[in-house]
This record gives sequence, structure tokens and C-alpha cells, in this order.
Amino acid sequence: MLKEILKILESDARTTTRQIAAMTGTSSAEVARLVKQAREDRVILKYKAVVNWDKVEDEQVWALIDVKVTPQKDVGFDSIAERVYRFPQARSVYLASGDYDLAVLVVGKSEHEIADFVSQKVATIEGVQGTATHFILKRYKEDGEILAEVEEVKRQQMML
Amino acid sequence: MATKPGKQSRKRRGLISAPVNRISPSGIRKFFDLLSSVEGVISLGVGEPDFVTPWPICESAIRSLEKGYTMYTSNLGMPELRERLSQYLADTYNLSYDPNGELLITVGVSEALDLAMRAVIDLGDEVIMPDPHYVAYDSCVILARGTPVKVPTSEENGFEISAAAIEESISDKTKAILLGYPANPTGAVMLRERLEEVARVARRNQLLLISDEIYGRLVYGVEHTCLAALPDMKESTILLGGFSKSYAMTGWRIGYAAANREIISAMTKIHQYTIMSAPTMGQVAAVEALKAGEESVREMVGEYNRRRLVMVKGLNEIGLSCFEPRGAFYAFPSIRCCAMTSEEFAERLLLEEKVAVVPGVAFGQCGEGHVRCCYATSLAEIEEALTRMKRFVDKYRVA
Repeated sequence: MLKEILKILESDARTTTRQIAAMTGTSSAEVARLVKQAREDRVILKYKAVVNWDKVEDEQVWALIDVKVTPQKDVGFDSIAERVYRFPQARSVYLASGDYDLAVLVVGKSEHEIADFVSQKVATIEGVQGTATHFILKRYKEDGEILAEVEEVKRQQMML
Repeated sequence: MATKPGKQSRKRRGLISAPVNRISPSGIRKFFDLLSSVEGVISLGVGEPDFVTPWPICESAIRSLEKGYTMYTSNLGMPELRERLSQYLADTYNLSYDPNGELLITVGVSEALDLAMRAVIDLGDEVIMPDPHYVAYDSCVILARGTPVKVPTSEENGFEISAAAIEESISDKTKAILLGYPANPTGAVMLRERLEEVARVARRNQLLLISDEIYGRLVYGVEHTCLAALPDMKESTILLGGFSKSYAMTGWRIGYAAANREIISAMTKIHQYTIMSAPTMGQVAAVEALKAGEESVREMVGEYNRRRLVMVKGLNEIGLSCFEPRGAFYAFPSIRCCAMTSEEFAERLLLEEKVAVVPGVAFGQCGEGHVRCCYATSLAEIEEALTRMKRFVDKYRVA
């Protein structure tokens, strides 16, 4: 039941408790209890909107930063990852396989700001061997949502 | 103008054949003509998924066009599709159909149904079917020069057809029993035990069973029983299925028939002269659906189930009492509380509240007193439709 509720909220966080109860055939009280528990357990971290910033006048620059790291005794990659993800500029931080170790999604006001962040904050962390910065030129799909205008498909009159 | 003297005037015969004259245009059609003249309508009318076909399926078809797969296929359908379908039926229902001779790919289940009727019915043969039933069932029988014999079903019995009632309807002319469960328009599902009773009646009376299982994958909290998979029923059953509803592929027009060699070979004769082969692009898409569509089916079934629960609960709260549909994507509530015919109800609801539902009588006399509400539409629309229907029912409620 919890999984079913999470799926519903993941696709639309504004679905009300009453609606979820109807959609799952449970009581509102039970849904409220499970959601509260999930919040407490940090299963649900936050309710956010997926925003298409391209449609709003807003100077935002996105970049993917690859970070090569020397793993440290006992803590592996975690302590360096923490040094990175503590910065509010780092929107997402992942440990990844391949040539680099950490993949960091950074959002800033300008390319300059991001360049500063990488060279002064990330590259200087002890244990970081190197970085590669890829500026995002265009966003096509965000959190499963396609950003381009999608033409609505209209049903034709049909007898069946 | 006067006829030439001396030449005996020949009586002008009717232009249209008797069977075609006998069938009426679908009651649903009449309704949709009305619908197109009203703006801002929420339609719970069309029995079609609101999802578009999953992208991997579309993509495989696009690729096939780029590669030049634009010719006819074998009359029976692409060998790869038949092989995969055979495997699918084996995996899903433990049924074994030879892809070479026991499967035929058709233009939707609609064609498969028509072929089945034309292949087995002789003039005056009777075909037993439940009432209410999908709109094409009786017409297809009549077009094949047969006679539909309708067995009433009701809400009290969950719109399941009873074996005893079937047996009472059997005459010397009975050729076949035509079932369509999960059912359009009621959403009813036949449980295994009830189907076994029907199968026993069919066997005892040596009747053919024609089972339209287009909604077989769309069941909620119950297991779908495939009629052909019941013990000793494969030989005497024509199993009809398709891709439209479970994979959201209505426009691709791909269905199939599975039956014994004699029947498939007879159906193929009609198919090869009238259709030749099902659309190639659609068959390629169907291959991909069988290959990789399972996850999409599960997701869509999950989504339909949420909508189903909202719809049924909402209808019951309004006072349109609704038995729990366990299959397809229809709710079939009773409109008893409003003292109107189903046609009146549907027409007024459309004109006054701009919600389109289909009058139950369009599916047979036993559908009267009900309307069909398709919940294959977004939750937001379902909720708005329920709000409008509540207003409507509150206005006209007599009991």
C-alpha cells in the first residue's frame, strides 16, 4: 500500500489524502498515517514542483561536474562526497562508475560563478584529483517531464 | 417516367440487403453525433485508453518503415508475430497453439469476430450471447445470416451469464455461444467456476464457444480465466484477442484468432480474399509489444485500477449504485434513482451538465436502467465528471 501511495505522490505531489484514499480503496486515516510515517522515515524527502525555468526570465546556468577522487581509508568516497554536497550549489551528487567517481549537478547564476565554484571549492578539496565541467546547453527532459511543447492528440469521433 | 409499353416492368428490388437492413447503426454512434455539437464536454463515452501507445512500440514501427518494411505480410500474419503470440499464450494461459495453422493475425478483434461468425454460421444458425453485450456481437451474427439469441444477465448476478440460462436457450439450431468477458459494457468478469459450468453445457451440447478476450489483461484483484485454457476446451473454442486495449494500441488495428486448424483455415480463406493481411506496420508494433510491453501493461493496469476505484466510489456516493466492475475499463451504474430511460438520462446529462456517458440500452434491452461510464480518462476529468453528475442526480432524484 505504501508503494502505491508513493507512486501516486511521485507523479503528483498535490494529490490530496482523500483522493489517494479513493484511488487505492483505503481510508483517508490510513493514508494520512502512512504518509506521516513516510515523512518521518525520510522516505518522502520533500514535495517540490518540476519547473521549466526556460519559460521564465531567469538567469540560470546548469553544469555537470565530473570529479575524480582518491578514496580515503575507512570512509571511501563518502567524506569527500560530503564536502561537495554540503555546498548549496550542488543540486545532485552521485557516486558513479567509470573514468570519474562523483557526478555533481551544479546550478549557478553564471558560467563564471560555476567556474569559480569548481576551481575554488571542489578542485581544492583534499583527495580530489581532477574535475571536468560540462555546461548544460539545453534541457530536454526534467524529472521525467518533456520540456518541449507537446501537441495535444485529439480523439476522433468513434463508435465502439 | 412511364415504363416502355410492351416490356413487362420488373419489380424493383430493395437496394440494401436484408441482413444489413436488419442491423441498426450503433446506438452509440447516434449519441456521438449529438456530442460533437456540444462544447466543453467531458467524455466518459469512448471505450478507448487515453494513453498513447508506449514509445518503444511506436519506435519499433518507425524503424521498420525506415528499413522499408512496407509490403504485405503472409496472410496469416508475420511469422515472428505468430511465434511470439504462441509463446505469449503458452506463458500466460499454458495454451499451446501452433503458430503455423492455429493462429491468424487480423485487423483488430473486430475482424476476427466477423471472420469467426462468417466461418461457422449457416443461414438461421443461432448464436447465444449475454444481454447486455458489446454492440457488434448481434450485428456480426446477423450479417453472417445467423440469429442472435440473447440470455439476460443482471446486476444482481454481477452480469455473469449463467450456464442454466444458456442451456434453456439452446435449440436444434444453436451453433455457438459468444462470450466477451471481461465485459464491455458492464466491466463484469466471469469467475473460473462459472466459466467451467458454461464449458460443461457447451461440451454436453456440442456447441462451439467463441470467446472475445480483448480485455483479458485488464482485470483488477482477480485473475482472468481464459476460456480456451479450461480442460478440454481448446479444440471447441475460438479465442479472440488483440493489442488495442492492453497496450493502448487501438489505432494500429491488430487482433488475432486462435483456434483449431480447421477453423483457422476457414477464417483465413475469408481473410485472404477480403483483407489479405493485417497492416504490416501494426504487426511490427505488436511484435515489440509482446517483446517488451509487459511493464507498460502493468503500469497502465495500475493506473486504471486507481481510476476505477475513484469512479465506482464516486458513483455510489452520488446515488448511482454501481456493482464493482473487476475488468475492462467501464463502470455500469444503475440510474434507477432518476426515473428516466437510459437514453433520456444520457441525453440530458450531456446537454445540461456536459458529461457524455453511453445509454445502457445501446448494448441490449437488459442494459436499460444503466449507463456506461468509461474510466480510461484522467483522474481530474473523472472527478469533474462526478461533480457534474452529482448536480444532475440531485436535481432529478425521485427516490
